[in-house]
Amino acid sequence: MNVTQRAEPCATRISGPIITATGMSGAQMYEVVQVGELGLVGEVVRIIGDLATIQVYEDTTMLKPGAKVLCTGAPLSVSLGPGLVGNIYDGIQRPLPGIEAKSGAWIRRGEKVEALDNARRWTFEPLAAKGDTVGPGQVIGQVVETPLVTHRIMVPPDVSGSVLSIVGKGDYTLLDPVAVIGTPEGEREVTMLQRWPVRQPRPIRERLRIADPLITGQRIIDTFFPLGKGGAAAIPGGFGTGKTITQHQLAKWSDAEIIVFIGCGERGNEMTEVLREFPELEDPRSGRPLMERTILIANTSNMPVAAREVSIYTGITLAEYYRDMGLSVAVFADSTSRWAEALRELAARLEEMPAEEGFPASLPTRLAQFYERGGAVTTLAGDRASVSIVGAVSPPGGDFSEPVTQHTRRFIRCFWALDTELANARHYPSIHWLRSYSEYAEDVKGWWEGSCPDWEDLRTEALTLLQREERLQQIVKLVGPDVLPDSQRLILFIAEIFKDGFLAQSAFDENDMYCSPEKQVALLRLILTLYHRGRDLIQEGVPLAKVTGMECVSEVLRAKAALSNKELHKVEELAKRLAEEAGELERQYMKGAACYE
Amino acid sequence: MSDLFADIEDRGLEYVGASRIEGPLVVVDRVRDVGYDETVEIIDPAGIPRMGRVLDISESHAVVQVLEGTTGLATRTLRARFLGESFRLPVSRQMLGRVFDGLGRPADGGPPALSADRRDVNGMPINPFARRYPREFIQTGLSAIDGMNALVRGQKLPVFSGNGLPHDRVSAQIIRQARLLDEEVEFSIVFAAMGIKHDVAEFFIRNFRESGALSRAVMFFSLADAPSVERLLTPRVALTLAEHLAFDCGQHVLILLTDMTNYCESLREVGTARGEIPGRKGYPGYLYSDLASLYERAGRIENSPGSITQMAILTMPADDISHPVPDLTGYITEGQIVLDRDLFQRGIYPPIAGLPSLSRLMKDGVGKGFTREDHPILASQLFACYAYVKRVRGLADVIGEEELSPLDKQYLKFGEAFEGTFLNQGEYENRSIETTLEMGWDALSVLPKEELHRVSDELLRKHYRSEPGRQAQDQTRLAAQQL
Ligand SMILES: Nc1ncnc2c1ncn2[C@@H]1O[C@H](COP(=O)(O)OP(=O)(O)O)[C@@H](O)[C@H]1O
Ligand SMILES: [Mg+2]
Repeated sequence: MNVTQRAEPCATRISGPIITATGMSGAQMYEVVQVGELGLVGEVVRIIGDLATIQVYEDTTMLKPGAKVLCTGAPLSVSLGPGLVGNIYDGIQRPLPGIEAKSGAWIRRGEKVEALDNARRWTFEPLAAKGDTVGPGQVIGQVVETPLVTHRIMVPPDVSGSVLSIVGKGDYTLLDPVAVIGTPEGEREVTMLQRWPVRQPRPIRERLRIADPLITGQRIIDTFFPLGKGGAAAIPGGFGTGKTITQHQLAKWSDAEIIVFIGCGERGNEMTEVLREFPELEDPRSGRPLMERTILIANTSNMPVAAREVSIYTGITLAEYYRDMGLSVAVFADSTSRWAEALRELAARLEEMPAEEGFPASLPTRLAQFYERGGAVTTLAGDRASVSIVGAVSPPGGDFSEPVTQHTRRFIRCFWALDTELANARHYPSIHWLRSYSEYAEDVKGWWEGSCPDWEDLRTEALTLLQREERLQQIVKLVGPDVLPDSQRLILFIAEIFKDGFLAQSAFDENDMYCSPEKQVALLRLILTLYHRGRDLIQEGVPLAKVTGMECVSEVLRAKAALSNKELHKVEELAKRLAEEAGELERQYMKGAACYE
Repeated sequence: MSDLFADIEDRGLEYVGASRIEGPLVVVDRVRDVGYDETVEIIDPAGIPRMGRVLDISESHAVVQVLEGTTGLATRTLRARFLGESFRLPVSRQMLGRVFDGLGRPADGGPPALSADRRDVNGMPINPFARRYPREFIQTGLSAIDGMNALVRGQKLPVFSGNGLPHDRVSAQIIRQARLLDEEVEFSIVFAAMGIKHDVAEFFIRNFRESGALSRAVMFFSLADAPSVERLLTPRVALTLAEHLAFDCGQHVLILLTDMTNYCESLREVGTARGEIPGRKGYPGYLYSDLASLYERAGRIENSPGSITQMAILTMPADDISHPVPDLTGYITEGQIVLDRDLFQRGIYPPIAGLPSLSRLMKDGVGKGFTREDHPILASQLFACYAYVKRVRGLADVIGEEELSPLDKQYLKFGEAFEGTFLNQGEYENRSIETTLEMGWDALSVLPKEELHRVSDELLRKHYRSEPGRQAQDQTRLAAQQL
């Protein structure tokens, strides 16, 4: 082929998901392009003179040098509007049900499906009137998207002016103009559909201090290592330690108004499981199916790696959009390590200089940018809202000293360390009570003390007991438990009760999968009562075996699963019986002691 | 220097000469109209074609990975014929009962598979929205698996083993015994051997023959003496046929991939030859994605009655479960069966490690309506107690067994019962799930009732034996009578 000056952009090199193209001097960084006859979607990630490097979100098999590259002029953006909730998308927001309808069970390349259904009519209800002055993010109408989600239609972030006209309540498609706003630059039609570039955070008015806990119904989290609404948590653990199940639990039971679950480079069946379960599970607060507040992003491990890199941004952008409506949103990313590996894989193909363990030097910045998109905020419209982020981390060999875990720690304030040994013993969730922490405990204390004034004391006493147990176990490991006095062996005993009867929580037990804050406090108090009574008895000389042999002990252990959230009075009854049994023991012993004297 | 040689047929181009040969890679200059991942035939001096594929293509050159080795190739004389498509396998049901090489060519003297249906061996990702969640319990007849790490149809459950451990015998036994509780279906077997020895391959063939499975088994052999890079295609070829059998023909396929460690080594070899930045232990940074592109080709889909159940065997170098190959595998598969050298040395077969083994899909395939109501709780309690046994053993090593408390001594007894009778069984012993569960309760009943925290009072009343061993003996007697 002779070398003529090419006017048209075309590929010159293909190496997996990375291609090089010439004739690209007009391209912008992060612009979306379509490559070849199939129009494979890609994104410009580097421009040097006439040459651009493009990362392609689809398989590039049989793509040839010379393939045409079509520049779209826009950065990678998502569609925002009613219809997102309940849907499942791939990493670049193609709806998976739509793809299935077109190409069956397999995802064929080059398939193009609109993210939102442009033909569907939604009932729009105006909340602004002609003549109103409106600014970015202000609400001008609403749509009942699902029985759980009222979707506010907002003025796009770059528009402000006065409402020249607005439609009356009625059914409209996403493309129908619902309002016209007179701006300094001229008239702007507003529809229910917005586009937003995924790599750019959506604007807010200001950041707020975190004050409310995200109630998850998981005892070890809510009571010991709470996450605040607007906070960020990491959940690192080796394979099989429970990252996914814990995140599923949180996605099911958290008291957020919108859940965005990003399956990023993980198993296909896990997404299928969510799709199967969530429509059937009831939200404990509203009684509605959980799917009515959930959005899924699935870019599983076998889907293209470049789209995996983007899936995180796609998910967080959808979350920000719902936050802007004044809602509390929780984002789950399973797993951020796979996302980091996608960065590494792409960086290697770009022949960038690697930093630690082959990851690009930009890894910490990228992690920070992601977690910073969470937060408690005042929206442009002036409402309190939040995006909470929970990122799973999958360290190689379960070793937390690796770069992704280490850097993530710098940008989160809540760390749920999963432990392989606990998981092996089938103690779930295998969150290790001594290696985990949450800096939000201080922030959310006020919320708990509203209903339980001594919350902090209870919590601290329990944690202290667990710490003391750990130290005592060191001794036991060396010389056996016999050398310890009964008062210390009681601590070992109570710690076991905490582990089995409080910390361990089955995701599959009807009564135990969600534990209300009230039940959490009641159980915590119950076990501490057992401890206090036991301590007193031992001080009075009652042998340990008598204490541990009390009949109600096994009931205390089983209370979490035997009693539902509605049976709190039974926990109280149990506490009463515990007091009686201890009192009986005390009387018996006193009598015996008196005789002996 | 390569020259444009001639157009071959209507598609495909042939070039003479290469500018570089390094490891498994050949660089052919100035090619035109060649695609990424295109299949290439590199024709050696003897005129014999060797399969290859394009790893990197630019206007100036193509990097070709030669799957059948570069030994004997010379830059000036080799010819490269580009075939105009990615690597494809003709698929048909008729391939059952046959033996093929690692690239899908007949190795049993029979004719090549005839089919107009030629599939790209890379497959396509299954749409998660189109998957069906696997739920049907497969009884393998092994208590360690059925009782505590149950396998379901459509699951990917690998065996993590070590050199010299009996992973072949265990997996052959699973294949021999696998059946559903209430359905008479026979699994079609797809067997992909990568870098294993001839005698191991023969062991499996003999097993298939003895159990009458040979006619519904198809084998792809890339044995230890085959060029190592060929192995990179072998699992893909096998999975492509498995997908056809399962999702087009509606069969239930059990695919065995062995040994994945050899596969990963080949991947490392190619990565090194390309001068890629290595990740952990020299394996490429994309090892996870590459393995996922294999392991995720399992499961069930909507609108097809078939299924692919996947068992990959891998040997952990130095028995290290944190080695990248088992580690990344465990991150992708739906659990793992781990073989334990200590159990093996103590003569326990199958030496399936009690704690690190896991079946992630068990929760949805056992219990009421699937196996038996008490199954999940029994398994959970066995795990918890066995974990405690490990702690007690650790303590006993330090302070001596005599110094243990009476309760801890009882745990040791439980440990013996658990390993010696529950885990331990014959290579030809096929236990029903009922037998397995009863034996589990027997073992637990060695411990005092109060220790079984995870079991409800109701289940305790039903299953806890005040007289250990009684019920299981009844059960065995019953089974014996039925025989
Ligand atoms: N809270 C829980 N309750 C019961 N079982 C759990 C729980 N968490 C994890 N598991 C068990 O552990 C297995 C692995 O958990 P998973 O979340 O998939 O691990 P990871 O994502 O860390 O690899 C699950 O299949 C399940 O059997
Ligand atoms: Mg997981």
